[in-house]
Amino acid sequence: MNSPLFIFCLWINLLISSSLTWASPEQDRKQILTFYQQLFPQLQFADYAQGVYAIDSDAKSSWQAIEEFPPYEFALEEGKTLFNRPFNNGARYADCFPNQGIAIAQNYPYWDEHKQSIITLASALNDCRLQNHLPALPYAKGKITKLLAYMAFTSRGQLIRTIIPEHSPQALNAYEQGKAYFYQRRGQLNFSCASCHIDNAGKFIRSEILSPALGHTTHWPAYRLNTGEMGTLHRRFMACNKLIRAPIDAAQSPALRQLEFFLSYIANGLPLNGPSTRK
Amino acid sequence: MKKTVSLFLLVLITACTYPKIQQDLSIGKQLSFQRNKGNCLACHVIEDGEAPGNIGPALVNIPTRFTSKEDLKAFIWDATQFNAHTSMPPFGKNKILTADELDHVVDYIWSLK
Ligand code: HEC
Ligand code: HEC
Repeated sequence: MNSPLFIFCLWINLLISSSLTWASPEQDRKQILTFYQQLFPQLQFADYAQGVYAIDSDAKSSWQAIEEFPPYEFALEEGKTLFNRPFNNGARYADCFPNQGIAIAQNYPYWDEHKQSIITLASALNDCRLQNHLPALPYAKGKITKLLAYMAFTSRGQLIRTIIPEHSPQALNAYEQGKAYFYQRRGQLNFSCASCHIDNAGKFIRSEILSPALGHTTHWPAYRLNTGEMGTLHRRFMACNKLIRAPIDAAQSPALRQLEFFLSYIANGLPLNGPSTRK
Repeated sequence: MKKTVSLFLLVLITACTYPKIQQDLSIGKQLSFQRNKGNCLACHVIEDGEAPGNIGPALVNIPTRFTSKEDLKAFIWDATQFNAHTSMPPFGKNKILTADELDHVVDYIWSLK
């Protein structure tokens, strides 16, 4: 019974079963969802689109009061004007997008098989500008947040639909890289994104409650009361990396696009509600 | 005579060292509270510190929690040695605090009854 062949087979079986413990994106998503459902049994799934306010009842009422006269309104108006103004060549942003760019934010980011890269809504806007011989806009704040605010607004209520194409190992790899980034400890303070937004979600760090990572991509761009400015999702990633004294990856760098791809995938099915206001 | 001298010396020594200890503790306290230094309040309730977080336990009864000051120091130096999954930053190992600052913090935290 204890023949070398038997031991060899046992060994092969072990190898196979250990590789089976590798989790698919769908398993990751379900596992994270279950984790938060146990942590915050009072929340409905859609509540996660409200970020930290879903679990911070004190801050929620002042947030709702602010939303009556939202500080992002100017950006939204300007964004609409910018979006509809023809370029010098007569073309418009709308011409670069499906459905004239209306109500499509839920389909971003996506994996572009042809370009072999992740296309985010922000990068698609700049691609459109480059095609029309206009310089790219900076990605963290400024003009791009206005365009994004308008596009997000027309997409309110749409459900996030992030797809990892089947039979595309590169797309899966991009997702896996984003996931690894999320769980990797970094910086002088040795935190990972998960240390704060999974392990300690709902707890106080000083006087701030830590938001769950589920819902991190629903509401961008955001007007931050802290800075008095509109900022993109990637600007927030940069702020968190600065907080933990880690190297700051640039907005729309491959690493941050992968991170967005991962976070957006696990948020599949959540309603979009950008632009928004945050502390 | 000998007795008076030694009593005098004792008083003198106490008088000189007592305020020093007090002062040292206040340095450690400041370093523990300061956001750009220990920022221990981000995660721990400590005495009268304002707006403490609740990621870690309240820092009380410290001498009953550690067998010696050296043990406490080792923990603050690098808490991941004792719990790989901890969210507490490795203050000494990652040079968040200098060796001198760390000693002040240890003196102060050790004093928390
Ligand atoms: C030391 C703690 C800490 C770490 C580590 C951290 N963050 Fe944050 N993060 C915060 C705090 C505090 C806020 C503001 C309150 C909130 O919404 O959670 C925040 C906010 C955010 C937001 C905005 C949430 C919203 O609803 O608008 C996003 C997105 C985010 N973090 C992503 C990340 C990512 C990705 C990483 C890793 C690269 C990371 N964070 C690392 C503390 C942290
Ligand atoms: C980001 C969170 C965080 C910060 C900042 C932090 N700690 Fe902690 N600390 C923890 C956690 C969590 C524990 C619980 C034990 C563990 O996770 O290993 C802990 C445990 C401790 C303990 C052991 C307490 C006991 O009763 O067992 C001491 C002592 C301590 N911390 C001191 C400090 C000091 C001093 C500082 C600042 C120089 C500090 N901590 C900063 C998170 C933190």
